[in-house]
Amino acid sequence: MSEQEVKNLEEIFEARIARDEKIEPKDWMPEKYRKTHIRQISQHAHSEIIGMLPEGNWITRAPSLRRKVALLAKVQDEAGHGLYLYSACETLGISRAELYEQLHSGKAKYSSIFNYPTVTWADMGAIGWLVDGAAIINQVPLCNTSYGPYARAMVRVCKEESFHQRQGFEIMLSLCNGSEEQKAMAQDALNRWWWPSLMMLGPVDAESVHTEQSMKWKLKRKTNDELRQQFIDQTVPQAELLGITVPDPDLKWNEETGHYDFGEIDWDEFWQVVKGHGPCNKERMDARVNAWEEGTWVRDAAMAHAEKKNIKVAKAS
Amino acid sequence: MEKNWPLWEIFVRSKNGLEHRHFGSLHAADAEMAMENARDVYTRRSEGVSIWVVESINITASNPADNGELFEPAQDKVYRHPTFYNLPDEVKHM
Ligand SMILES: [Fe+2]
Ligand SMILES: [Fe+2]
Repeated sequence: MSEQEVKNLEEIFEARIARDEKIEPKDWMPEKYRKTHIRQISQHAHSEIIGMLPEGNWITRAPSLRRKVALLAKVQDEAGHGLYLYSACETLGISRAELYEQLHSGKAKYSSIFNYPTVTWADMGAIGWLVDGAAIINQVPLCNTSYGPYARAMVRVCKEESFHQRQGFEIMLSLCNGSEEQKAMAQDALNRWWWPSLMMLGPVDAESVHTEQSMKWKLKRKTNDELRQQFIDQTVPQAELLGITVPDPDLKWNEETGHYDFGEIDWDEFWQVVKGHGPCNKERMDARVNAWEEGTWVRDAAMAHAEKKNIKVAKAS
Repeated sequence: MEKNWPLWEIFVRSKNGLEHRHFGSLHAADAEMAMENARDVYTRRSEGVSIWVVESINITASNPADNGELFEPAQDKVYRHPTFYNLPDEVKHM
């Protein structure tokens, strides 16, 4: 194809998206669109899968059967989210094996929030409330994104997320209505998860390199800073309801703007964790790679069994 | 000697009276496993009463590049629609 032809196709393509038409797997698309989507969707899928690890840590130690079935169901949902997203990503012409390879080799990223440890039961409350809460804010606009398979996966994901956040908030509520020690545990969890949750909404707009293109392709509907403000505005009253304090001395309602003002985010910490120096990066990757490698013989055996059965069926007919 | 599990397309009937609809895809070694995985991945909240699994390579899909040839001829066949026919207003129930 000549350069002019590609340019024409690109113009038709951008116009389709501007008209709110969806792009489907076999449609022509610019290479950059394909690559950007593979990067974002796979990063998202990896986050769902790695995200199971910090919570999986507490399933066997949940304080009651009610809490245990809820947490188990939540973690299972996250596995499902990973699968929906991997499938959507594969429609762009990359194999599952390649996607795993990128995760296991460290070439692909996942959300940094999962590199923090879950040290008390209250962390299960804080994660559901704050981490799933921030995820919902990130994800809801994606239900309308331009790439059909991604949008459809996100509709399914979003439907399942609200139970995650509610079960987390309920855990926080029980702790805050409990003994002094339990309330202190809830406060401690909020102290540790607040800032990393704010970082989940992404770098400040001035430093976010992909924003403009992503807006055009409807991979983004609002900027990182807008999403962060939305998260803070909706979460602070919830903390007040729990009777615990958001660990930000600069946090203040601004009558004029109708929003909360908040303090400086420690972006050095964010980039340190992204680069692999968070408290649990190594532990998470080791767990993931081990699970994959130790499962090899199971995958091989299943495949061998399927092939043997096929031969039998072929012989019988 | 790792061989990757093939890809399967999953179709689910949400309730009797409705058709099976494409829900998504997943990897599995064989049809039986595809069925078990589809149950876990797509019907955790009673989303279905029946599942079809089809190995993806068995699906032949039309190519969007052929859309003109395939679908445009229908656009000028207005006589296939009831509104093409002029009838007096007095005619009821038609
Ligand atoms: Fe999720
Ligand atoms: Fe979730």
